[in-house]
Amino acid sequence: MTDRPNSLRTGPDDRGHFGAFGGRYVAETLMPLILDLERHYRAAQQDAAFKAEFERLLEHYVGRPSPLWFAERLTANLGGAKIYLKREDLNHTGAHKINNCIGQILLAKRMGKTRIIAETGAGQHGVATATVAALFGLPCTIFMGAVDVARQQPNVFRMKLLGAEVVAVESGAKTLKDAMNEALRHWVANVHDTFYIIGTVAGPHPYPELVRDFQSVIGNEARAQILEAEGRLPDMLIAPVGGGSNAIGLFHPFLDDAGVEIVGVEAAGEGLDKKHAASLAGGRPGILHGNKTYLLQDEDGQITEAHSISAGLDYPGIGPEHAWLHDIGRVRYEPVTDAEALASFQKLTKLEGIIPALESAHAIAAAERIAPTLGKDKLMIVNCSGRGDKDIFTVADALGVEL
Amino acid sequence: MTRFAAAFAKPRPALVTFITAGDGDTAANLDALVAGGADVIELGMPFTDPMADGPAIQAANLRSLAKGTTTADIFAIAAAFRQRHPDTPLVLMGYANPMTIRGADWFAAECAQAGVDGVICVDIPSEEDAELGPSLRAAGVDLIRLATPTTDAARLPDVLNGAGGFLYYVSVAGITGLQQAAQASIEDAVARLKTATDLPVAVGFGVRTPDQAAAIAKVADGVVVGSAFVDIIAEHGDAAAAPLEAFTRTLADAIHGAKEIAE
Repeated sequence: MTDRPNSLRTGPDDRGHFGAFGGRYVAETLMPLILDLERHYRAAQQDAAFKAEFERLLEHYVGRPSPLWFAERLTANLGGAKIYLKREDLNHTGAHKINNCIGQILLAKRMGKTRIIAETGAGQHGVATATVAALFGLPCTIFMGAVDVARQQPNVFRMKLLGAEVVAVESGAKTLKDAMNEALRHWVANVHDTFYIIGTVAGPHPYPELVRDFQSVIGNEARAQILEAEGRLPDMLIAPVGGGSNAIGLFHPFLDDAGVEIVGVEAAGEGLDKKHAASLAGGRPGILHGNKTYLLQDEDGQITEAHSISAGLDYPGIGPEHAWLHDIGRVRYEPVTDAEALASFQKLTKLEGIIPALESAHAIAAAERIAPTLGKDKLMIVNCSGRGDKDIFTVADALGVEL
Repeated sequence: MTRFAAAFAKPRPALVTFITAGDGDTAANLDALVAGGADVIELGMPFTDPMADGPAIQAANLRSLAKGTTTADIFAIAAAFRQRHPDTPLVLMGYANPMTIRGADWFAAECAQAGVDGVICVDIPSEEDAELGPSLRAAGVDLIRLATPTTDAARLPDVLNGAGGFLYYVSVAGITGLQQAAQASIEDAVARLKTATDLPVAVGFGVRTPDQAAAIAKVADGVVVGSAFVDIIAEHGDAAAAPLEAFTRTLADAIHGAKEIAE
């Protein structure tokens, strides 16, 4: 399928570019290492044993395939398109993040690396990384902004229980982008034995490609499941986009299906004219963290702080493949505010008995907006990328409830 | 002869100094570096996300940005420096995004107009040269490339292709201002680089004292010192010129005399 002409699924090119985006904008010290990573990844792609081990762990450790749930009461409530939820929230550790971590730690093992590092914002990727590090018996250091450490204590404790060292990053704004800066600084000083498990489809090539490939299990499963349930492809896909790994994982297997409309949902925070995290709607192309993509920045190219009620969407950039899909118009990106996400968080919980992550609640909010405008014969798949247990304190706070 | 060629043609190793633009009284600090004997000046362009820098230069970036330093301010500082010091080579050092956000041609033209001799961009490796290199070379501004302990023989020709000014050997795999490399590893690396290029080779990262600098100066064409200067500015704020000049002089004396002592 990947050598089909006119396919949108062949990217990136051999230099890691998706159109004008992506690439390898890293310090010279790291360049030989990411070239080495690419060589090992190419070899792994050709290795049936690697694929078999990845699939074994996804099935028996992560608990895949995740169900495709027909949200009957939500559908009836909205009175339009038939809504299916891809239940990534049911994975081990509670979100899609683990799919990628399994793939990358297998690569780390293959490369003979003996230490694992990762960055985390809210702590979900940190927990998933610490989990696979525990499973493989490798020492693990997680970089987390000091502000996030203070507001995400349960996840900090989880990571420590799993045996990880959590480094509170005091530089910059002390949030996710600073954690990523610090992880890069640590990596550059420890390239000989350390593997950096990046948590989203960003960073220097080949990370956006390999994270996408590991997450594509979401879309591949969803495709088979909807064909099984409905006998046809869906009319629309919707997924939340921070860096964009759950979204690209769902979207990628459908990119060449012209009849499938695809919608990515950006976090509009307090509104696009206020503080937000919508890099496509409110940013412009630039270079950060190893790749060229849309970034929130000022006229001098200084990166500005993102804001979203959802810590997982609180990043001033977006994966380069999304930037490209946006520019060519294959995927439509829509903003959803904190308030809309908060309302949908409660609505899905009450109607379906599913507490979604605040990230996923952004996609639910977009579905609420769009589904009533479509006929009842239309099919929609919404990525329920994670569960919302981690968010109950944030939600309680936003609703003025004291726990 | 270019300013770089002249600076490195002197019969002694060169002192290459780094400070961050907009951190403290930059004009006075630049004058102090020249007065103290600096041969080449690197002026850091502050960035919100300085991924290759250690704590000292990270803090300098934040101090500068907190004071509202803009790209226009930096070019104004550079142009004024060029007026006062017609012969000292001036390098802008920083990250890709502030350099390319208005387009590489715009940046290269501003550099040329301000009298900037060279540019070091930390996060544009040779693989992404098209992002900035062609514009700089067309504008007559040298692109100064970095070589590191991880730059192997197979990569080195690519790193040198399109490089100008001098070659900056980053002597440790790490970030600025922290650990120092073993002297033997520096000697081996410089010898290897010298067989591959006619460009002068300056060695930096982790060099903080006159003794360290003198040891490196015995084998290299130049020694780069950054975080130690930035620390002085952090301590003295807007009154850093005098201590900067004094420290520059001790480094310059150590570096300039290094090869005479060796012989």
